[in-house]
Amino acid sequence: MPDTTLPATRELSYAEAIREALAQAMEADPRVFTLGEDIGVYGGAFGVTGDLVHRFGEERVIDTPISELGIAGAAVGAAITGMRPVLEFQFSDFVTLAMEQIVNQAAKIRFMFGGKASVPMVVRMPAGSGTGAAAQHSQSLEAWFAHVPGLKVVQPSTPHDAKGLLLAAIDDPNPVLIFEHKLLYKTKGHVPAEPYRVPIGTAVTRRAGSTATVVATSIMVHRALEAAEALAPEGIDAEVIDLRSLRPIDTAAIEASARRTGRLLVVHEGVRTLGIGAEIAAHVAGSEAFDFLDAPIMRLGGRDAPLPYNPVLEKAAVPQVPDIVAALRSLAAGG
Amino acid sequence: MRAGAEASVAPRRNERPAFALLGEEGLRQCLRRMHLVRRFEEAAEQSYIRGLIHGTMHLSIGQEASAVGAVAALRPDDYILSTHRGHGHCIAKGADPRFMFAEFFGKDTGYCRGRGGSMHIADVAGGNLGANGIVGGGLPIAVGVGLSAKMRRSGQVCMVFFGDGASNEGAFHEALNLAAIWKLPVVFVCENNKYGMSMSTARSMPVANVADRAAAYAMPGVIVDGNDLLAVVEAADEACARARRGEGPSLLECKTYRLRGHSKSDRNLYRTKEEIEAWRARDPIARLRDALVEAGRLDAVEAEAIEASAAAEIEAAVEFARTSPDPDPAQLERDVYA
Repeated sequence: MPDTTLPATRELSYAEAIREALAQAMEADPRVFTLGEDIGVYGGAFGVTGDLVHRFGEERVIDTPISELGIAGAAVGAAITGMRPVLEFQFSDFVTLAMEQIVNQAAKIRFMFGGKASVPMVVRMPAGSGTGAAAQHSQSLEAWFAHVPGLKVVQPSTPHDAKGLLLAAIDDPNPVLIFEHKLLYKTKGHVPAEPYRVPIGTAVTRRAGSTATVVATSIMVHRALEAAEALAPEGIDAEVIDLRSLRPIDTAAIEASARRTGRLLVVHEGVRTLGIGAEIAAHVAGSEAFDFLDAPIMRLGGRDAPLPYNPVLEKAAVPQVPDIVAALRSLAAGG
Repeated sequence: MRAGAEASVAPRRNERPAFALLGEEGLRQCLRRMHLVRRFEEAAEQSYIRGLIHGTMHLSIGQEASAVGAVAALRPDDYILSTHRGHGHCIAKGADPRFMFAEFFGKDTGYCRGRGGSMHIADVAGGNLGANGIVGGGLPIAVGVGLSAKMRRSGQVCMVFFGDGASNEGAFHEALNLAAIWKLPVVFVCENNKYGMSMSTARSMPVANVADRAAAYAMPGVIVDGNDLLAVVEAADEACARARRGEGPSLLECKTYRLRGHSKSDRNLYRTKEEIEAWRARDPIARLRDALVEAGRLDAVEAEAIEASAAAEIEAAVEFARTSPDPDPAQLERDVYA
């Protein structure tokens, strides 16, 4: 039963979608430029910038020395004086070298100066485990930044959102940090050719369901969807919400879904202790949605350990599909 | 002010080049601004002692020549980035002491609507991109401001102030390297007042001068008597000219001294009374006034009038701040976007 009314799809990878967004933003606005380590002729450590240097020149696709603090400051300074920098850190772990500029400067300037300046900068960072890169190249640090008023934090899970959130971030007059998952760069999906924006601060329902709500971020959205499909034959019909944005956070979407299903599981790759799941659980527990819950809120997240090298250990350190399946079964049976 | 070399100021034999660079009005304005800085900080100190303000403050009394002299080499549309000891830079860039004092008092009429305080005063419209509570915090930002000016082909210069202590931060080295490889129009002005809080430069650096560090970044490293406004103007003018010629950044080290403690907690346990008194004798304001009088550019009556008018302006600024309204707590999150 082929459906001939399906819209034509245009497949791009997550990495290609980001590159397309950068190119379209640079074409549309001479203030937009990008800077980072090995993003020029090398094309970026994960190949995201690719051929952009040949299309836009070395003045707008700036290869920088290995100076994370310096280039973060370069983005702040350019942003407060009329430019629209998009900064790439080679691995999100390296943002630790630039914390001062991001947390003390970029996040604070607008407020601290009484609203008389703003910092329209974007920071793109490859994050997450699964590549065998071990403890200093595999972390998911997004919750740190979501804890800071003055920083917007997003995590696209699809090529469509990777493009739309990046274009929205470049438009935004404030600093936006984008955590891109390394394992998603090669995944493909429909990406409209024209520029479009995915609003920052809005979650999206990836799968409607009635048994339980799964709020997931980044690659965990895909794992949650896989788990939901695996459980469907058992009559466990999970609703999967892709959070997309940690700050601002779409609490309305989470509450509405939790009220409907009466069960809530949060899944993220970042360390579970003091993670974004704790914030979501606390929020729901303190909201009117709590009255509609039929079971305790569950959380899955990274283990309390640095990311290990060995592939078996590495997988064991963050939630996998079977973990989500087990959690959902337990959640469905509880209450 | 750099452009203010009026015809009336013909160079005289053996006269300091800064006289011609600044012009008659520029020289007077520098003297007046130095008085404004001194009076501002004395009034700030008094306000603190009288319990009119809370929080901390970092006074630059004794360092007025480096702030006022360096900024005098800039054009009005150039940028500065300042430090926690930044009242002088702010006044030098032309800020209104009323709004500065209001910020100091945490009032809604302050430059930052009472959100920033002494350590974060910014006058963005006037090209002052802010004082900074983080030692060395402005240095990487200056790279971006210089990059922006270069990309926009605006001809603007970014002057960033920092202390000797900041030159031991990684931010200093990353910023100088980036500005140098990209040949950015940035002037790095180190106000070396001999101490990072209590740590002397003799204990904190293996080199004798912060300027010695410029060699690692292939940029000029110029040492100047930071208590001699005319010398500061001359050195800063050359650094700005080099920046505007597209030849890249310079490092200017102004050797100076803060006569007050680091902040209100300082009991001066790390330096001697004799050292402080020796530097008090080299007061930069008296020095400029005497130089101008000696050169016949100013008479004693005019000098007194300049000081009196600065004092009156600060007195009015304190009154403005004192009588201004506090911010409304309901507006706390006004500039919060996430």
